Formats: sequence, structure tokens, C-alpha cells
Amino acid sequence: MTERIIESFSVKRIEILNEKGDVDESLIPSLSDSDTRRLYELLLLSRTFDQHALKLQREGRLGTYVPILGQEASQVGSAFALEKSEWIFPSYRESGVYITIGYPLHMLFQYWAGDERGLKTPDTLNIFPISIPVGTQLPHAVGAAMAARYRKDKTAAITYFGDGGTSKGDFHESLNIAGVFKLPVIFICQNNQWAISMPREKQSASKTLAQKAYSYGLEGLQVDGNDVFAVYKATEYALKKARQGEGPTLIECVTYRIADHTTADDATRYRLKEEVEIWKAKDPIQRLRLFMEKKGLWTTEYQKEVEEKAKSMIDEAVRIMESTEPPHPREMFTYIYEKLTPRQLKQLKDF
Amino acid sequence: MPKLNMVQAINLALKEEMQRDNSIVILGEDVGRDGGVFRITEGLYDEFGAERVIDTPLSELGIIGAAIGMAAYGLKPVAEIQFMGFIYPAIDQIFSHAARIRYRSRGRYICPMVIRTPYGAGVKALELHSESTEAFFCHMPGIKVVVPSTPYYAKGLLISSIRDTDPVIFLEAMRLYRLIKEDVPEGEYTIPLGKARIVQEGNDITIISWGSMLHRTLQAVEGYNAEVIDLMTLNPFDEETLFTSIKKTGRVVIVHEAPKTCGFGAELSATIAEEAILYLKAPILRITGYDVIVPLSKLEDYYLPSIDRIRKSIEETLKY
Repeated sequence: MTERIIESFSVKRIEILNEKGDVDESLIPSLSDSDTRRLYELLLLSRTFDQHALKLQREGRLGTYVPILGQEASQVGSAFALEKSEWIFPSYRESGVYITIGYPLHMLFQYWAGDERGLKTPDTLNIFPISIPVGTQLPHAVGAAMAARYRKDKTAAITYFGDGGTSKGDFHESLNIAGVFKLPVIFICQNNQWAISMPREKQSASKTLAQKAYSYGLEGLQVDGNDVFAVYKATEYALKKARQGEGPTLIECVTYRIADHTTADDATRYRLKEEVEIWKAKDPIQRLRLFMEKKGLWTTEYQKEVEEKAKSMIDEAVRIMESTEPPHPREMFTYIYEKLTPRQLKQLKDF
Repeated sequence: MPKLNMVQAINLALKEEMQRDNSIVILGEDVGRDGGVFRITEGLYDEFGAERVIDTPLSELGIIGAAIGMAAYGLKPVAEIQFMGFIYPAIDQIFSHAARIRYRSRGRYICPMVIRTPYGAGVKALELHSESTEAFFCHMPGIKVVVPSTPYYAKGLLISSIRDTDPVIFLEAMRLYRLIKEDVPEGEYTIPLGKARIVQEGNDITIISWGSMLHRTLQAVEGYNAEVIDLMTLNPFDEETLFTSIKKTGRVVIVHEAPKTCGFGAELSATIAEEAILYLKAPILRITGYDVIVPLSKLEDYYLPSIDRIRKSIEETLKY
């Protein structure tokens, strides 16, 4: 009889761009200067959208909103690597993903203002409406990947969730099936350290969330989620793998939820200001700006120009959203079934 | 015309539909090599291959969640949940996503999925292998609920369910799987969803049932001038056929095996009271399972509505 190690694993972490704007030249993804500018502009647009949404919510012009402050690099960096045709299954904290793929901004505002019509994905995109119950969108990505493989489409499905989502059965069942069938699916976990009031270490006793992949026969990677280059690079790698039939990947983006859970939450009740300050210093946009400045890609004029462009896009989106007629009450009934039921037809007479 | 039992009729429906439409795939536990624990999918794995008849891990949530993603992508998944009592882990997916995706995406994404699952008591099964929880699903807008009662109707209703673009819960009475054989034509025919059928015409009393209880009802009505209605689709259900019959007979008994409280009979009874009370000559009676957990085999026969209980309710209604 013997005792021996029959399995072991190690988890890779990728960091490319640090807080000072310095990069590891050997790891930097091959992005053109115009790609880098585009990334920066999307990061800034995402933040502008987010800040504007919070303002509109305080003014009573939007309902409850879910902020993304601090997580822009995880969202923009990963979505930037996707092809238009790729299927995306997002959680509710994903404004940066929607913005990166070119989802109409006014429709995002429209949804948060209480109008489901904002969830009607344009035909040119394949993003699902945000999922409200935590983690429940993961199996949809698995199914879409299964369907894509059956159809022999060279595409991948990508799904987004948080550290809290990894505690759900949906996470485990999805990774398990993806592993068994070696499906073209990418699981992006934005570990933002807090699931409402529950800190990461109380969510799971695992040292990393990335390592959970290995239980299901998948590869798991951890990246600095505030480093847009690292997030992009890991996603690009996982996509290439998926499209070549080499199976699924779990990417843990270590980031931080700077804002409250939602506009209905008050994070000062459960976490220390000092912790938030530490993470503010790791800001994802600031470090890309420093990098670009060193490369001669950033000037104060450029900054002004990008800010103004973002602001005018947001203003225009708000204008469209607020000038859109509210839905007719009859719209409650359309799209429940393909055809109205006899009983719905009777109920519809109330309107 | 071949005489088939319900297992064979459902198998034939799946086979013919899969031959016709390559977007149809089957997924579930033991549905492939094993042909399903009730042999419903027997032979399909050999004919259509592992890509279309997918043996999944033991993962009800994963099966239904993946089916939703497949359906959104453009396939037509037919998912099997091995027993209705095991569907609970998947209810979040059914209620939170399958039922809502058409509405939430304003028609951009749909969920043309069928969830087949065996239901009901009367086969001396294990715990949680005898559930009849159809009412849960009827309460959720966006879902259709279909319950066939014979092989012929099982085939036609399943074909309609597969072709429907809304998610359908297709409930197969375990007790009926091999109980009855009847003529089931080869080739396509459909039985429309949302329509009930009059199994037997009569003038004195209307009895509404579905699935396996329909057969007990048919035995119980011998000797009475009873009109028996097989509801077939519980949601959306066929109000018109019920009203037409009730306006003629003025008396109603509803028979189902699920517990009485909030069972689907409550919905039928309330609807009849709202819309047709002036035609009624007697109170509406519901003969149902008791408000208890479905017992194991020793007590199972006491739980299910018996022919005797149904007959007593008919007598009571007629005498009123």
C-alpha cells in the first residue's frame, strides 16, 4: 500500500499594468494605439454613464440602479475582446459590458427607469437581458455554448457574475456541465470583494475563486481586475481556446465594488472607509491614463475631448430616454406568450 | 394502425419530430444510452447520436438552465426531468427565466422548450416519485401546462408542445405509461394546446379531469348520464368547452389527484362560480388527493380519489 499525490494544481495570476502606469512589456497584449485609446474612451464612457445614472437616480429620474464604480476594467477589458456575434449572459452589474459592445445607451437608462423595452437587445447583438437572481445566468451560457457547438458555429458564450454568485448551485452545475462537455464557454467572475454586506472571505473558504475551476476539470485564471490589459489578455486567451474547441475557462477578476451594492444600499453600515480608500488608489482608469501619458497617447486636450464626447453621448441618451413615450398598459400582456390567452384577452379590456 | 402504449406513443412523437426538424434536441439524465428510466427515449440515441440525445450529469438546474440557453440560441430542447418530485431545483430556472425571457426581452429571445416529466401516484413508487404539482406551474404566467391522458393524445399533444414557441411543462402520468394501448397513427398529427375534449357526452352532470384520474372518472361514471371532459391543457385552459357543458348540465364535479388546497380544481371551481353560477343547480365539488404528503405504497390507495369517492360526489351533486 502506498500514499501518493494523485492530483495537484496551481493557479496563475496575471498582472500587466500597475498603479503607476508601468507595464510588463513581455505580457502586454498586442493592441494598437487606437485600440488603447478606444479602451480608455470606453472606460471613461462607462464611468460617466455610471455617475450620471446615480445622479439621475437621486433626482428621481431613474429607479434603483446598480453601480459599477471600480469594476470598469473587468467589464470593458473582457467585453473588448469579444466578437459582435458572441453570446453574452450578464448579471445586473454590467453597464460597462453593455457599453463596450455598443448597446444603445438610452435603452440602458430606459431599463433602469422602469421600462422593460430597454431590454430588447438590438438584432446585431447577442447579449441576454441582465439576470436578476444571482448566478442563474451561468447555465444559459452553457446551453448556448452547447447549441453553438451543435450548430458548428465558431463562437463562444461568455457569462458574468460576482464572488457571491460562486456560492450558488448554478455556478457549480454550470462549471460541471461545461467541463464534462468541454464547451466553448467563458466564466468571468468579477470578485468585487462584497456580496452586499458579505465579504469575500465569508463567501468561500477557497484561497482563490479561480481554483474552483479545477474541481470541474476546467482551467482557472486569476487576473488583476483593475488592470484592463490583464483582463483583456486573459479573455482573449480563453476565447481563442473556446473557439478552437479546447474547452471552458474561469477567469477571476480581482476588483472592488467602490460604490454601494445598489442605490438602495448603504455600505458604510458594514465596511470600513479605509478599505475603500485603499482600493480607490488602485483605480483602473487612472493607471491606463498614466500608461498612455508615458506613451504620448494622452494629453489634457485629449482628456477634455474624451470627457466632452462621453458627456454629450450621455446627454443625448438621457434626452432620448426621457422623450420616449411610456409603454401603454397593454404592453404588460404582449410577450407573455406568443399569442394572448383567452383569459388575457378578457383582462386586456381593462385598458 | 399500430396499437401503442403511452411510452411508445411519446417515443414515436419524439422520433418523428426529430426526423423532421434538426433543431430538436433531447437532454436529461439517462435519456441517451439507457433510453430513459421509463424507456421513453429508447432508440433515439442510436438514431440521432449523442449530440442530439444528450446524457447530462445529474443536474436538474443545469439541464433546464442549459435548455433555456439552447432555446434562446435557436434550438428546440426537449428536457426530461426524471420524476416530477425532482423538478424543484430547476424551478428557479423555469420561473425566473424560461417563463419571463420572451417578456423581458420584448420578444428578442424566446424559450421554445418542452420539459417532460412523469407525475402522479399509483405505481407504488419511492418518496417524491409520485408528485402531482401541476398547480405550481399553472400559477406562473409564461408557462403552458399539458397533461395527456391516452397514447393517441400524448403523441398529438407532444408534437404541438414541441412546435409551440412557449415553454411547455408536459406531464406524463406514470400510472398510464403502460396501462392502455390504443391506435396511434404513424406520421404527423397535432392536438391543439388550450383545447379540452369531451370524452363522453351526457346531460346530467359535467365531470372535469385530466391525466390518470380521467380513467378513474370514466369508470366511476358508468351508469350515470355524465359528460366527461378531459382538460388536456391546464394552462391556458379551455373555459368555453367547460361553460358550454355546464350550461347544459348545471352540475359539476372536478377530479384531480393533487391536494385540494390551491389545487388546479380551485381555479376551475372559481372560474365556473364567476362565469356560470346562474346555470348551476348544485355546489361545485372537488374530489382530490388529501392535504397530505403523498404516502408510500401501503397508504397510496387511500390517498388517490377512489371510484367510490367519485361516485359519492356524483350522487351528492345529483341529489342536491
